[in-house]
Amino acid sequence: MDSICVFEHIVPICGTVDDVLPILAILVGFQVLVLRRPIPNLGRALTGFALVLLGLAFFIQGLETALFPLGKLMAAQLTAPEFLGLVGDQAERRPHWQAYLWVYAFAFAIGFATTIAEPSLIAVAIKANQVSAGAIGTWGLRIAVAIGVAVGIALGAYRIVSGTPLHYYIITGYVVVLIQTAFAPRTIIALAYDSGGVTTSTVTVPLVAALGLGLSSNIPGRNPLLDGFGLIAFASLFPIMSLMAYAQLSELFARFNHRRSAKHKET
Amino acid sequence: MSAPKTTEASRTRRTGKQGMRGAFLLQMLRALAESLRDLAPIVAVIAFFQFIVLREPIPNLFDLAIGTVMVVIGLTLFVQGLKLGLFPIGEAMAWDFARKGSLFWLLAFAFCLGFGTTVAEPALIAVADEAAEVAANGGMIDASETARASYAEGLRYTVAFAVGLAIVIGVLRILRGWPIQYLIIGGYLGVVLMTWLAPQEIIGIAYDSGGVTTSTITVPLVTALGVGLASSIEGRNPMIDGFGLIAFASLTPMIFVMGYGIVI
Repeated sequence: MDSICVFEHIVPICGTVDDVLPILAILVGFQVLVLRRPIPNLGRALTGFALVLLGLAFFIQGLETALFPLGKLMAAQLTAPEFLGLVGDQAERRPHWQAYLWVYAFAFAIGFATTIAEPSLIAVAIKANQVSAGAIGTWGLRIAVAIGVAVGIALGAYRIVSGTPLHYYIITGYVVVLIQTAFAPRTIIALAYDSGGVTTSTVTVPLVAALGLGLSSNIPGRNPLLDGFGLIAFASLFPIMSLMAYAQLSELFARFNHRRSAKHKET
Repeated sequence: MSAPKTTEASRTRRTGKQGMRGAFLLQMLRALAESLRDLAPIVAVIAFFQFIVLREPIPNLFDLAIGTVMVVIGLTLFVQGLKLGLFPIGEAMAWDFARKGSLFWLLAFAFCLGFGTTVAEPALIAVADEAAEVAANGGMIDASETARASYAEGLRYTVAFAVGLAIVIGVLRILRGWPIQYLIIGGYLGVVLMTWLAPQEIIGIAYDSGGVTTSTITVPLVTALGVGLASSIEGRNPMIDGFGLIAFASLTPMIFVMGYGIVI
């Protein structure tokens, strides 16, 4: 699809305008034609929308000039046989999965770091904090989700190295999620399910995709087109588990503290 | 709904213009500091791996510095805009739809929002093109340019339809108060069943397509819509019922993409 914007190469904002136009058209269309109500604080809302647009344009342009090239280069370098010390004969054979320890460490660290910077997760965290009247801290939520993504991507990298089928992991993950759902506090369940879809967005997807591509094209016997996929799926499944685990743990702690203070009062 | 607005207005009246400008500056500075903190982990990870593990200098240090500054500014503006614009718009529309009371128009809006925001999503376009390449390599379609383009386009519309349907189901769930886990379990069973039926080549793409559909502008809007609906309807708890729209939007595309793989 061609860009609607004429000055695409001059003004970085145009890419985002293309993404936003359909959304804006739907919002305005329904507001004017169906709801027929004036938007409260129209000026404020428009300023906000413009700020979001401008912010995203800066954000994405900045990522593309700074972090993405370097991150992608690093993913390629870390997965290169030369770096891993697999020379000649050894590279031909299937290297042991432990040769890739730095790759797993990178996968974990970059998964955590990109999730913390993910704007959509910030948005959901702000909303959850508002709705729960402060009971869910924005920072606790984001760290819990980021740990989930980190573990997921590290495990996904291991899967590409070891070559085991993707669906075994995903289906096992589903079973774990279902078991957790039965025990987790009710208020966290919907939010936890949401967190899976939220984490994989502007910052995470390009870097993680580069990692998957680098891994699968450097390991003998892997086809980048078939095995390079799947990291995103891990990154959207594991936060569900980590967020529910976080809620369960904090409930447990609260109960423990409660009991201890009760005992304290008795003595 | 109107209560916080009045207190805010009276507060501005009381503090006056001078105080307002100071408060605004302070707020912007705090927001900048928060963006810096959000970005620090990425910079730390990249620096650690570049210097300690790979032992290489940073290429284009200038570009890196400029880009990082842009990212910080962008994130700060985005979060401010979110609070000023996207959240209030999403919630106000949810309240208006609840007041209007027309189920048809609410569901039509839900579908349009899901479909419209997904069909032009750049991440989805990229995934659809890659999927077409996989399909051509696997001999599922002709290797010609036109066959691939039509495959990619079909996939894109399939995913967009799946997301539209997901938001419709999610909105219905909020209205009726169905517990989310039963719907999600049903979705998981659908994914497992389709995995069993679908051609091997499509599975990885299908699983990934669930994650790429929800863009940075859709997420706050849809979240505000869900929370707004749940708080405008009596008997719904915004915490239990308001979230969950995104969850459906990342589940249905998996099922539909595998279905697309079976049909084509």
